[in-house]
Amino acid sequence: MKQFIEGSKAVALAVKLARPGVISAYPITPQTHIVEELAQLIADGEMKAEFVNVESEHSAASVVLGSTATGVRSFTATSSQGFLLMIEVLFNIAGMRLPLVMTCANRAISAPLNIWNDQQDSMTARDSGWIQLYAENNQEVVDLHIQAYKIAENKEIMLPVMVCMDGFILTHGAEVVDIPDQTLVDKFLPAFELSDKLDINNPKTLGAFADPDHYTEARYAMQVANDNALKIIPQVADEFKKIFGRVSGGLIEGYRIEDAEQVIVAMGSVVGTIKDVVDELRAEGKKAGVLKIVTYRPFPAEVVYRALKDIPQIAVLEKAVSLGASGPLHIDLKSVLCGREGKISRVSGFVIGLGGRDITKNSIREVFDSLSKEEVSCKFVGLKLG
Amino acid sequence: MAEAFKTLFSPGHTACAGCGQAIAARLVVDTAGANTIIANNTGCLEVFSAKYPETAWGVPWIHSLFENAAAVASGIEAALKYLGLKDKINIIAQAGDGGTADIGLQALSGMWERGHDILYVCYDNEAYMNTGVQRSGLTPFEANTSTSPIGKILATGNLRPKKPMPEIAFAHGIPYVATASVGYPQDIQRKVKKALAIKGPKYIQIHVSCPLGWRHAPNLTLDVSKLAVETGLYPLIEYENGKLTQVRKLTKVKPVEEYLKSQGRFKHILNSPDAIKLIQAIADSNIEKYGLIEKKA
Ligand SMILES: Cc1ncc(C[n+]2csc(CCOP(=O)(O)OP(=O)(O)O)c2C)c(N)n1
Ligand code: SF4
Ligand SMILES: [Mg+2]
Repeated sequence: MKQFIEGSKAVALAVKLARPGVISAYPITPQTHIVEELAQLIADGEMKAEFVNVESEHSAASVVLGSTATGVRSFTATSSQGFLLMIEVLFNIAGMRLPLVMTCANRAISAPLNIWNDQQDSMTARDSGWIQLYAENNQEVVDLHIQAYKIAENKEIMLPVMVCMDGFILTHGAEVVDIPDQTLVDKFLPAFELSDKLDINNPKTLGAFADPDHYTEARYAMQVANDNALKIIPQVADEFKKIFGRVSGGLIEGYRIEDAEQVIVAMGSVVGTIKDVVDELRAEGKKAGVLKIVTYRPFPAEVVYRALKDIPQIAVLEKAVSLGASGPLHIDLKSVLCGREGKISRVSGFVIGLGGRDITKNSIREVFDSLSKEEVSCKFVGLKLG
Repeated sequence: MAEAFKTLFSPGHTACAGCGQAIAARLVVDTAGANTIIANNTGCLEVFSAKYPETAWGVPWIHSLFENAAAVASGIEAALKYLGLKDKINIIAQAGDGGTADIGLQALSGMWERGHDILYVCYDNEAYMNTGVQRSGLTPFEANTSTSPIGKILATGNLRPKKPMPEIAFAHGIPYVATASVGYPQDIQRKVKKALAIKGPKYIQIHVSCPLGWRHAPNLTLDVSKLAVETGLYPLIEYENGKLTQVRKLTKVKPVEEYLKSQGRFKHILNSPDAIKLIQAIADSNIEKYGLIEKKA
């Protein structure tokens, strides 16, 4: 049913449709509305789940680790500092192969303290083994949450999935969103079954200690699961389309890139603004396009290469920076495109929108303009110096 | 082959000979029985009992991190509630003294405050043993550890008394708090049984000697542990529903020196009457505070 609602409420309704039995979270802006909505749904009897109000994000992640290991579908959400406090547990959840789903309401990281949006928080977990999906708008936010459980719980994957949505821009923005029917979601997402779980009828040891003889193989198995995810994520998106009639999710989405000479690669809500600029440039006769990365981890190297190989000028526009190097997505893209056949002449890196700095259409035009000049690797857009 | 006894904690684990924690952990799980799920913090117990691909555990058992067993157990409890299984299954969270009183205290306090139906067991061997005997908040006054060493200038060992964990637990208003000692196995069994019959959060702190860290012969584990109780340095007490309900009375109080000289970690103070006096004062104050001596009418 179509509803005009806030992004956080849309997440709560999508999570409700996935029927989790345990939810645990700790307040932090801009994630808070999501878990407040869920607490209200439970208090109103519209949803049957245990809500555990913990004393920190470290414990929130640990609670849902424990509940997932007991075989109950679970959910948590956080942002920024809360995300960093969780991160020890996040690596652990992935290593224990627990198919949890969480939302990261993307926010900048201290210091300086800043509550506004960028994507530095979730970027810190890119090596954790979590699958990371980035949403462009709130319809995608809803659809990705429902797909996330299906991806995580796939027997060939068994890795946790994080849906990343830009703080405030999406969490606090109201849009018309189609919230799917429960019957369709139940058809798409079967009940959760975990084979290696805490069960008194079949006692197992979870989280064992692995010596040098076994550790590498456990980590290798996670890498294989990530490879499997690259095949399965598009299948899940196809199945989603069959049942819900909507294209959503998958690995990447190209917009007007087929004959493009200049393409910006980006993730999250900024893609919407870039699409508008692309339309304007196209109207002016310029061959511009945008490539949206939906699945950032695992990184869909081959499909990204195929989408970009004939595009001479490429820019990566991102809301995070690996300080001392360049933007993480820029680094990934360079490593994928380097030395491969094609018409690529430059892959420039731009950092934009840190700590909630407004991203204007003009600033995006500037990026397209500067692409015909020399290659840059880490240009901060809109710097106010002096 | 005849089966001597059935245990849920199989021998063949890799604990040091005479490890008090291994003995106590077996008593706890065997008392709790097969319908128990355990969440274990990182530490000696976890490392020596669950090295892949082997395991000592006959019950469902999970280890996640060093400081989060109380929160993981809270999640297990929430899941069992959701499944309608909570009343049929015991949940135990367990850890060493460091994992309990230091790095895990916040998660533990949260678990107590939220009122989860979980028994938390702290195996108190009075230092971070798994990483090589560093001091923790439960290391006793004067103990020589690798981070409270006896140096050429600073020669005092650990400068602080033990953090009062049973009282911290008690202050959370939880229905059952007890201390126990591996020197008294039947007392451990009784307390675990009693705790598991009570709904809500429970805390049992078991004094477990570590021959390696305390520096005594492995065959003296039970004797050394008993001496801590008999001197008044480790009072065995029970708080139920906000009251001190039981203490193990001492018929004959032994001087602390007997306990101190049984272990290498106190060797540096054996010739220092002043230091011994300070430790005797800790024991005397315990005796007074908990009424450890039967007063004749
Ligand atoms: C966050 C974190 N910090 C430090 C460690 C290192 N570490 C592992 S076990 C341990 C000591 C455990 O001490 P205690 O809880 O008293 O248990 P014991 O080994 O003495 O039984 C330490 C410091 C860790 N695993 N995780
Ligand atoms: S170091 Fe101490 S606590 Fe650890 S296994 Fe050995 S005796 Fe037990
Ligand atoms: Mg210890």
